[in-house]
Amino acid sequence: MSAAATAQGPAQSRRGTTFTAATLLLPILLINAIGFMLPVANLAVISVSEIRSSGAMTGGWSIAKWTTVATDPFYWELLANTVRTSLIVTILTLVVSYPIALCLHRMNGAWKSILLVLVISPLLLSSVVRTYGWIAILSDRGLVNSALAALGAQEPFRLMFNLTGVMIGLTEILMPYMILALLAGFGRLDPRVEEAAATLGAPPYRVFWRVVLPLSLPGVALGSLLTFVLAISSFITPKLLGGGRVFLLATEVYDQAIVTLDWPLAATLSIIVLVVFGLALAVYTRILRQIG
Amino acid sequence: MDERPISRILIWLASASFLFLLAPVLIVIPLSFSGDVFMSFPPSSWSLRWYASIGQHPKMIDAFFFSLKLAGAVTVVNLLIAVPAAYALVRLAPPGAATLMSVLTAPLLLPTIVLALAMLIVAARAGLLATPQGLFLAHLVVTLPYALRIISTALATVPIAVEEAAATLGATPLTVFRRVTLPLIIPGLVAAGALSFLVSFDEVVLSLFMSGPRLSTLPVEMYHHVESRADPLVAAISVLLVLFTLFIVIVVDRSLGLARTFVK
Repeated sequence: MSAAATAQGPAQSRRGTTFTAATLLLPILLINAIGFMLPVANLAVISVSEIRSSGAMTGGWSIAKWTTVATDPFYWELLANTVRTSLIVTILTLVVSYPIALCLHRMNGAWKSILLVLVISPLLLSSVVRTYGWIAILSDRGLVNSALAALGAQEPFRLMFNLTGVMIGLTEILMPYMILALLAGFGRLDPRVEEAAATLGAPPYRVFWRVVLPLSLPGVALGSLLTFVLAISSFITPKLLGGGRVFLLATEVYDQAIVTLDWPLAATLSIIVLVVFGLALAVYTRILRQIG
Repeated sequence: MDERPISRILIWLASASFLFLLAPVLIVIPLSFSGDVFMSFPPSSWSLRWYASIGQHPKMIDAFFFSLKLAGAVTVVNLLIAVPAAYALVRLAPPGAATLMSVLTAPLLLPTIVLALAMLIVAARAGLLATPQGLFLAHLVVTLPYALRIISTALATVPIAVEEAAATLGATPLTVFRRVTLPLIIPGLVAAGALSFLVSFDEVVLSLFMSGPRLSTLPVEMYHHVESRADPLVAAISVLLVLFTLFIVIVVDRSLGLARTFVK
């Protein structure tokens, strides 16, 4: 084919190549269009569709759901709660992930690979399994409360079915993403720079604050964005560890879509999730420009 | 390369964080050998009753086999679609290849809950809710971007000179691909296949939206069980799943090194 194509001249050959490429790309483009583009575009349409009290679509248009969401204080509370929770989870995740990432960055050899695999491996387990593990740790008859009881505590500590449990679980669930992002960011961190600072008499904490931390900021920013975005959209952990008592945007999307079957409302709420996502991305870009 | 010893404080902090990260997975192992009727930790007695009781939950077993078949089908079709697509984008480099790549990997960027709701609404209209076809399509949409990216990376590392040499010697493009390119990207194919399989097998958000009482996957069944009852059954299933995942990870690691798949 290539010989024939050359004989026909470069223009025709390029057209032929493009045609072949289009044919090879056709299946993936079709799946992307049917399974991704179309449903997402439809979501925007649904959020402004009119529904009867039975839940059936009338075919008409309505901004009723948007006005409901904008005027009902419940949804503002929901939004504030979601953003606050996700921010706290992001900070907690950063604090517990940073030492692991820094340690991994400074290690080499077989240990590094083994620990790296251990960091990644929770990603390969369903979040249901990991959340279930947290229930065994945090419930009234779980590990923490058994230990406290053995130490003489009279009443179990409520660590589950509230925001505390949700934040503990989410922090752990999102750690691997943060660690990987931090590791990627540590690429710029040359140990010789640290050594230079130490040689010049800087104590270790000073080296950390003045050299290590500033150089790792791009990784911190990326990891925080990733964690925040995953936190606002996660609902398995809030559902199971919140026990129906913790209300976040994502859990509300699920409840409206599956339990109440109010699709326009679910669509409206999920578009709000997207808006928060977009805002987070904008903040990230700004921060990156300032530190970069 | 760093000769400086890692400071002791850092090691302590990292170890504590590591324990926190692995705690929920580690606790499930002893819990699965509990002899109690309800979940409590530490268990008051030990037994294998929860492993034995898996057999009395036909819904879990059905869901496991369905998940297995689904993940298998998704993996095979995924590779059949992603390999030509990656080849087209990397080797034929049609106009707008970079844009196409971002469009095709966009499903990974969208928050899963938004994608799940979007799919639910369309699937309900098309009568695809709680059908194997609906779940298959949904899983394909989220696993294809991974496969496309990994295979494209693998293809980009194959020296083009090798392919050109084969073509100069008279091999047709298809022969070049089959006899030269394909063998060279096998590690990438294994990685893409294994990742697709695990992502599909563990997927819970999309599956939760797309399944129903008639048909659901193992993670969805486990989710419903944990939501309604606190007993060690899911611990026993989880241990088996961890072993299963470990097996796949070891197979992949043997053939190319897991770390390289994620951290380039």
